[in-house]
Amino acid sequence: MLKFVGKRLVSALFVLFGATIITFILSRVIPSDPALAFYGPKATLDQSARLRKEMGLDQSVVIQYFKYLKDMLTGNWGYSISTKQPVLHELMTKVPSTLEMIFVSIIFATLFGILLGIWAAKNAHKLVDGSVRVFSIAAVSLPTFWLGLLFQLFFVGRLHWFPATGEFDTELKFLNPIKHVTGFPIFDALITGNFHAVENGLWHMVLPALTLSLYSLGLISRMIRANLLEVLSQDYIRVARAYGIKERVVLFTLALRNALPPVTTVVGLSAAYLLTGTFFVEDVFNWPGIGKFATTALLNVDYPAIMGITLLGAMGYLTINLIVDIVQAKLDPRVRSE
Amino acid sequence: MKTLVEFKRYLLRNKLSLVGFLLVNFILLVALFAPWIAPSPKEGRGVENIDHIGFGPGWHHWMGTDILGRDVLSRVIYGARPALLIAICVVLVAATVGTILGLVAGYMGGWIDEVIMRVCDLFLSFPPLLLALVAVSLLGPGLTHAALALVISWWPWYARLVRGQAQSLKSRAFVEVASAMGVGTFTIVRRHIFRNVTTPLIIQAAADLGTVILAAGSLAFIGLGAQPPQSDWGLMVADGRGLVFDQWWVATFPGLAIFITVLGFNLLGDGMRDFLDPRSQK
Repeated sequence: MLKFVGKRLVSALFVLFGATIITFILSRVIPSDPALAFYGPKATLDQSARLRKEMGLDQSVVIQYFKYLKDMLTGNWGYSISTKQPVLHELMTKVPSTLEMIFVSIIFATLFGILLGIWAAKNAHKLVDGSVRVFSIAAVSLPTFWLGLLFQLFFVGRLHWFPATGEFDTELKFLNPIKHVTGFPIFDALITGNFHAVENGLWHMVLPALTLSLYSLGLISRMIRANLLEVLSQDYIRVARAYGIKERVVLFTLALRNALPPVTTVVGLSAAYLLTGTFFVEDVFNWPGIGKFATTALLNVDYPAIMGITLLGAMGYLTINLIVDIVQAKLDPRVRSE
Repeated sequence: MKTLVEFKRYLLRNKLSLVGFLLVNFILLVALFAPWIAPSPKEGRGVENIDHIGFGPGWHHWMGTDILGRDVLSRVIYGARPALLIAICVVLVAATVGTILGLVAGYMGGWIDEVIMRVCDLFLSFPPLLLALVAVSLLGPGLTHAALALVISWWPWYARLVRGQAQSLKSRAFVEVASAMGVGTFTIVRRHIFRNVTTPLIIQAAADLGTVILAAGSLAFIGLGAQPPQSDWGLMVADGRGLVFDQWWVATFPGLAIFITVLGFNLLGDGMRDFLDPRSQK
């Protein structure tokens, strides 16, 4: 097992190394002058030449690449053009809010996806099954950004159940400020016993997390249904049923155990979708995370920020793939011996 | 390849696929005949009408009017054009590029295969859509650039799919016999390999059409796709987002159009997969 993890880790590092080549190429194909981006359109020739020298743009591409690689490794990810802050610092302060939302969405999608899938498989080829199928296809056909607006329209505008945007109420900052421990706001509030903030944060979380999770929910429920039906048609299940073992035990213990492992792939896949899904959800719900930062950076062609986001995205994506591989190897010995 | 008659019979037996088929054809007709269907073709093309700002849905404007007084229904009808255009173009170009590279990699093998597949890996080492977002941001917003950006992030999937198929076909007896009989490489690849990868290709392409419309809509929504005053669904939802509590119809109907179109393509894509590859039916 350890050898397997090591092997996967090394190959992930190789891919990440490759990803830096792509981000590097992207950062060099920008047709505009970096001085123009940094100093604005009134940059003088002198300023532009100095900045080019400072950024090493007058050297050969290979040297530039190694300099870029060194900068990435030493945490020097450049300065955001729009906020003038170090990119890495910006990203690190915004990652926790996004991760909290992704975490809640994944839990929600997995839990309800499994339940829906079981429900559909139990009633295969009946009305329930058909409805679950329609629901899951509809869920992957919904534009995330539009769904978010609909939720706002209905749950906020009509029913007044949830707050429309933001991560916490603004007055919370003064009344119940969250102590900074790990940087994860809701988690910090929880461990410092600031339950008012926890409640407020979760209340703000419901709509964006629901919006974000629907796509994964559709994918996961379909996968569970298909796997379960396949497992249920196998001989060992028929034997178990013939022996008179309770249907509940057959379904939840015997069948589900073998239907779950392939689902890790789908959960991983949908986690990857959520990474970019947050861009649109955070934009709609004004969530102070990476996604909001990313859409702003993309619109303003804030390229140091864009490069940082791209690299971070690749890291997140590779980490998810690595976790999926490891979980699968843990669940299925055949994968390990490959 | 199975015949159209068989497909018709399949559609009549599978109601969901039939719904998808009908939806897709409906949207196609709407896009094709937009100038004749739209109540106000001028407004559908984006010309403002400041006397009609902010009208709710009613008899004269079934879907209301937007912030510039344009009839939302007309714009939704015209919006079908860029949506279908981008979906078809992106899938077609990505599939063509991916197929050619995949065939070369799979059939040639060796270092060519190695190089092409490692480049694929590089492109696939980013979360879906991220590369497209970055590319369109650097290229500058616009429908053409959005399409180009989507091709950049989509072709590796086709290359990988075709390469896998080509590799396994290469060692099959009929290909080896053809090769032993002195049939040229190009002919083998075209006649014996390519013809046998069309089924998985069509399945993949059908499934991707809806996804591309969603992706293009997302790009337009954050301001990186189609630009005003073009009637584009994603852009129209973005126009209405600030008004969602006062004039709900401005964002709701274009979004609904995206949803229905993508749903149609997904239902049809599902049906085509089950029809062309019955083994996948569970």
